[in-house]
Amino acid sequence: MADYDIPETHEFPIIPSIMEGSMAHSSPFVAGKEFQDDMGFPSAEETGELIEGWKEKFLELLQDKLGKYRSLQVFMDTCVKCGACTDKCHYFIGTADPKNMPVARQDLLRKVYRRYFTFAGKYFPKLVGAVDLTEDVVKEMYSYYHQCSECRRCAVFCPFGIDTAEVTMAARDILAMIGMGQKYSNQIIPKVFKIGNNLGLPEPALADTLEGLEEEIEDDIGVKVRFPLDEKGADILLVTPSADFFAEPHVDGLMGYAKVFHAAGVSWTLSSKASEAANFGLFIGNYESMRQISLRIRDEAKRLGVKRIIFGECGHAWRVAYNHLNTLAGPWDFLDQNYPIPQHILEFTKDCLDRGILNIDKSENDWMTLTFHDSCNIARASRIGEDPGSQFTTPRQVIQAVCNNYYDMAPETIHDQTFCCGGGGGLLTDDLMELRIKGAQPRMEALKNSIAEKGVTHMAAICAICKSQFTKVLPYYGMTMDQIVSVHQLVSNAIILDGQGEEAEESDDAEETA
Amino acid sequence: MTVLSIIYVVLFYVAIIVLFGGIANKIMLYKRVPAPLKIPVTPAPLTTGGVVYRLFYEVVFFNSLFRGNKWTWIFGWIFHLSLLLAFFRHLRYLISPDVFFWPLINNMVVQSFGHYAGFTMLIGLAGLFARRILVDRVRYISSASDYLMLLLIMGIAGSGLMIVYASHTDIIQLKAFIMGLFLFDPQNLPADPILLAHITMVLFLAVIFPVSKLLHAPGLFFAPTRNQIDNPREKRHLSEWGAAIEAEDGRNN
Ligand code: SF4
Ligand code: SF4
Repeated sequence: MADYDIPETHEFPIIPSIMEGSMAHSSPFVAGKEFQDDMGFPSAEETGELIEGWKEKFLELLQDKLGKYRSLQVFMDTCVKCGACTDKCHYFIGTADPKNMPVARQDLLRKVYRRYFTFAGKYFPKLVGAVDLTEDVVKEMYSYYHQCSECRRCAVFCPFGIDTAEVTMAARDILAMIGMGQKYSNQIIPKVFKIGNNLGLPEPALADTLEGLEEEIEDDIGVKVRFPLDEKGADILLVTPSADFFAEPHVDGLMGYAKVFHAAGVSWTLSSKASEAANFGLFIGNYESMRQISLRIRDEAKRLGVKRIIFGECGHAWRVAYNHLNTLAGPWDFLDQNYPIPQHILEFTKDCLDRGILNIDKSENDWMTLTFHDSCNIARASRIGEDPGSQFTTPRQVIQAVCNNYYDMAPETIHDQTFCCGGGGGLLTDDLMELRIKGAQPRMEALKNSIAEKGVTHMAAICAICKSQFTKVLPYYGMTMDQIVSVHQLVSNAIILDGQGEEAEESDDAEETA
Repeated sequence: MTVLSIIYVVLFYVAIIVLFGGIANKIMLYKRVPAPLKIPVTPAPLTTGGVVYRLFYEVVFFNSLFRGNKWTWIFGWIFHLSLLLAFFRHLRYLISPDVFFWPLINNMVVQSFGHYAGFTMLIGLAGLFARRILVDRVRYISSASDYLMLLLIMGIAGSGLMIVYASHTDIIQLKAFIMGLFLFDPQNLPADPILLAHITMVLFLAVIFPVSKLLHAPGLFFAPTRNQIDNPREKRHLSEWGAAIEAEDGRNN
């Protein structure tokens, strides 16, 4: 583990005093020409430089966005600087850098907006804190708009519903268009188009991996559970984040989905071309990319002739799927209208549990005591079920249906007040490791306290990014990477499939005694 | 007509035009700009009635602010409530006694609450001002205009209280002046310095209102994070420009 200042955790949350400039050095790698080209974005000769005529372009793009996004226009105007959001961002709490206070982050763009688009800023810039658009201002934006995970926690507490994530998205998109795209995201998105997933895992490799999973389950429980790929005529298309194919603990979740489908007796398939639920178009604030990524799913649903679409465990992917799939890739009139389009895997599993068609042995999870991390995009930007708030209850109901020991973390850190894992919004990259560790502080603090007070041993999550982020940062806070688990991993542990009888148990016992 | 009165008549008309013109202009702008994507902050209501309830709760009780910061909430809420009471009290200068709801305004309750509102308003403003100076985070985000606006409103409240308690003015003549504005029949304004200061500050506030953060109320109603219905799976949400992109490449067919 590299050396970083690990923020302290406390028994009760503490709001730090501001430390100006403490994260001014944090900036992700800028996308080089090859990656900008792949996205159709312009680039300067030297990576990290601005394109010629960048200033006019910036203002032109800002004006365009103000006319296209009511959120941006309204949010630029409405902030009264009340300060209610100032202590709500995990990056501020973890770094104490005042520019990580949501309102200060918005202000990076707002002060330019004011200067060029408002009466007060044009004629009395000093009075209202308006500034000229300079290269330094742009570089500062690049830094701090990549210290926001677009988690929307600030928006929950703002009296005007100002969502800093909307401002971050707009700013990132504008920056990309003047040569300052982010390498991590711009490298990943073209892979989705060319190959089908963020990892660049081609069809043969994927088929191989899935075969391996089938063997693993068969060895384990003696039942053949299928992982169909590109099967035409299947009822359900499963779209899941590609991390589910190989990363821990994601893959255990994938095995859980397959077992539930198996037990429910439904026909399903994965698609090699839509082998990715993630949609990084959201992170970079680019409507067109987000739409193109979504349209792959439409194309594949048509090609394979499925009747339903189900999404695997992922946070922002579910946000895009739930809120935008209909907008971007609809209308979905060719699918079965009796099911939600799209449906979340937890909705499916919960329904199976409610109908009593799954055979569950909760004691299989007795060696763990669990808590649940609400992922920000699910908590504050979606539903999983029919009622408002079902995004909180459904995962907990499923966990409690398969586990005996469960406790919530502190109330001000869950549900819609949940803290981001620290790696969301396109920041899950090694060049932002310091930020990721510091931004995890509030969640780590709440987890540690629930370990100390309730004897919690594991934290379950339903987001691929959260899971990857936690495996990386838990050790920095004195915990172990295997303390993060997938919700469907818990389902997988507890579910007993037909034919998973005597034989398997005997061999289990045999192993133990051996 | 005194020269002073003529000047104030002009100022009043200008201020009213700037105020209402500016507000209308902003609201029209917000109406015109589309919201291309569904972005309600969840849990969000599933029906229009639910959205009305959500906004009502925000407008009347400052619900999110209450969750966010209790001090700002209490001071902010006291200030806005006092503003409302002061507004009701001032209505008696604006409407004629023949109007049927005159008794609703010109009674002990409204008038005396209106008095106290001047004091509570000052308390609320002082609290907000203190937070701006004392809390390092709030100080960091404040610019000169944020302080000046608080001072301006304090000045208005303070001069208003002085008119009530220290230097009474000729309210009969004041009312005649105001009614004259409505009827386009200019009347003289009492030339009390405190009254003039009070009115001047109010007019200045009206003029800067539409070009400043003071115009924050419409923003609440137009924020897609709060005013959208949570039904994206049931109902397809598509903006005009989103539809144009679709029409161009036909990939949604
Ligand atoms: S809570 Fe909202 S209005 Fe208050 S400072 Fe933050 S963004 Fe501005
Ligand atoms: S969206 Fe999240 S990360 Fe971004 S400023 Fe708000 S609280 Fe911070």
